[in-house]
Amino acid sequence: MEIKEILQRLDAPLGVSGHEEEIRAAISALFAEYCGEVRTDALGSVIGTLRCGRENAPVMMIEAHQDELGLMVSGITDEGSLRFLTIGGFDPKTLPGTEVTVHAEGGPLFGVIGATPPHLVKGPAKGPEISDMAVDIGFDKEKSERLVRVGDIITINTGFTELSGSAVAARCIDDRGGLAVVVRALELASRLKLGCDIVAVAAVQEELGLRGARTAAAGIEADAAIVIDVCHGTSPGVGDNAFPLGKGVVVSVGPNLHPKLTRGILDAAKESGLDVQIDVDGGDTGTDAWEVQVAGTGVPTALLSVPLRYMHADYEVGDANDMETAARLIAAYILGFKGGEQLCY
Amino acid sequence: MLLKELCSLCAPSGCEDEARRFIIEKIRAEVPEAEITVDTMGGVIAHKRGEGKKVMVAAHIDEVGFIVSGFTDDGFVRFKTVGGIMTTVLVSKKVLLGEKKVPGIIGSKAVHLQSREERKKPASMKELYIDIGAKDKAEAEKLLSLGDYGVFAGEYTEFGDGLVKSRALDDRAGCAVMLELMKKTYKNDMYFAFTVQEEVGLRGAIIAARRIEPDLALVLEGTTCNDVHGAKPHQTVTKLGGGAVMTAMDSAAVSDRRYFEMIKEVAEREGIPLQIKRTGAGGTDAGSIQRSGAGVKTAVLAVPCRYIHSPVSVMSKRDLESLGRLAEAVLREIERREF
Repeated sequence: MEIKEILQRLDAPLGVSGHEEEIRAAISALFAEYCGEVRTDALGSVIGTLRCGRENAPVMMIEAHQDELGLMVSGITDEGSLRFLTIGGFDPKTLPGTEVTVHAEGGPLFGVIGATPPHLVKGPAKGPEISDMAVDIGFDKEKSERLVRVGDIITINTGFTELSGSAVAARCIDDRGGLAVVVRALELASRLKLGCDIVAVAAVQEELGLRGARTAAAGIEADAAIVIDVCHGTSPGVGDNAFPLGKGVVVSVGPNLHPKLTRGILDAAKESGLDVQIDVDGGDTGTDAWEVQVAGTGVPTALLSVPLRYMHADYEVGDANDMETAARLIAAYILGFKGGEQLCY
Repeated sequence: MLLKELCSLCAPSGCEDEARRFIIEKIRAEVPEAEITVDTMGGVIAHKRGEGKKVMVAAHIDEVGFIVSGFTDDGFVRFKTVGGIMTTVLVSKKVLLGEKKVPGIIGSKAVHLQSREERKKPASMKELYIDIGAKDKAEAEKLLSLGDYGVFAGEYTEFGDGLVKSRALDDRAGCAVMLELMKKTYKNDMYFAFTVQEEVGLRGAIIAARRIEPDLALVLEGTTCNDVHGAKPHQTVTKLGGGAVMTAMDSAAVSDRRYFEMIKEVAEREGIPLQIKRTGAGGTDAGSIQRSGAGVKTAVLAVPCRYIHSPVSVMSKRDLESLGRLAEAVLREIERREF
């Protein structure tokens, strides 16, 4: 399956942190195409196992998170509009003028987050603040109160959009892009004669503090793990701490990552002629790798990242070729993965 | 549905071809007796001959949008706004550029990378650009040229209590009403002007009015409505669902008092909900028409639009219906009355 096709299948299903039902079903179906066993853990993370057939084979975990940012209804105004709070790290600047869906008990409701028109703005414009915003669902207070309850989830309406060449724009490529890499890596690995079992993980609640990855990794007790997330892509005004799109996958080095595992992945990239860029992190990578590394009695962990522009905005822009490169690199490394001695200090 | 079709057209000021083509076809099909003229700026004037006064009805076909102003070496598109768009509604929006409707995203620095000061400030035009996914300048220039126009992406959507969301409701709502009004028969000598470049300074109406030289004009518009969360009572301007809106005065024109009073009287008599716009801000083609030639008596009737000039402007279908009924009743009254 091409990366773009996987991304498209993962675009419509919603999965706001803690409310991942739709995306869980979608990712379970995709895992089931390559994995003999697919299960869901207590928090909701999806875990698929692709066995090599050998007994006591080492286990390689490949992981990305399935959850995304969202909003939650926190009250109803006298005008019938909905006040909201954010789930995950939103940029308030992206919200005015946005279309949303309110996931009410009686069915989805269309709404917009409005904005004051230029004719009425006096003096220098202020930066928008969430507390000043509301979702207009087009009903008065009485009707809104009947239809919507505090705690209902609100999501931003966007649509998967192919840009020039291999670039794509969509909601939450962070981390549907990572999930697409996991699925594509499973597909590539399923055609190889493996020496290890692969456990694919789509973790929940990353955006709330890496919660799902911790329990998933603790339950699996893998011999090693490769986490796939996103990193900042370069764009005008963004050069530091960012990587260009279309120039390959980013491999992180630093205390969060296992040096031998990472070295092995970089060697595999060289042998296979795959483009990699190196990201240096002095400590916390801000990804699930941070939790996976210390899960259970510890898991040797590597981190691959796909460069992404406008992280946490309504539309994020990534490059399907970088995701393909990541998947091929994972497959190339896993082919030679034996665990044990390979990763000993 | 006519309004939905009209809202699907991309016609930023200066590039109204799509709207013009649609409107000419529509007039030819449904009002074949109308004589159509396209003026030097691209405005469409449809004339239905009659015996009485020369009446000009006007609605503008253009909308606020974007124009491509440059390319960066790494393939990003620099742009300017066409007409009044707040930068607050630009960040992270999807846009369609050029005749081929190349999709792009208005990009800005990710929240994680903004300093504390940057987070407090609204985005400014100089830091915004459109990301079409091009690898470099050459790839971008294959898809777009300097001067290509663009609009916000987004579909016409009905929601809530009889409401509509779309871009360009200002002034496709007026165009929809006018296309319906045109189908009726009138005693007066009627000119229906679909004007251009209203959003960049009421420009098309200047030459349309000079060409027509009307005795009287009626402008159909989408107007500001701010009856929303956070607005103080004096800032609401109009009320959504409160009926058609008439302007007494805005920054471009003062309505003729007798004409204004007559319209109020007609609305009361016919039982059509009418509200008076409660701000002096904004301007319409009436400003250009009123001061054309030796002067023209004008009035403005409008439909209230929340979040006007944003990708998600909102209006009520009931208000649109009120506007249509009132406009027709006013045109009938003009047939009977002298000024």
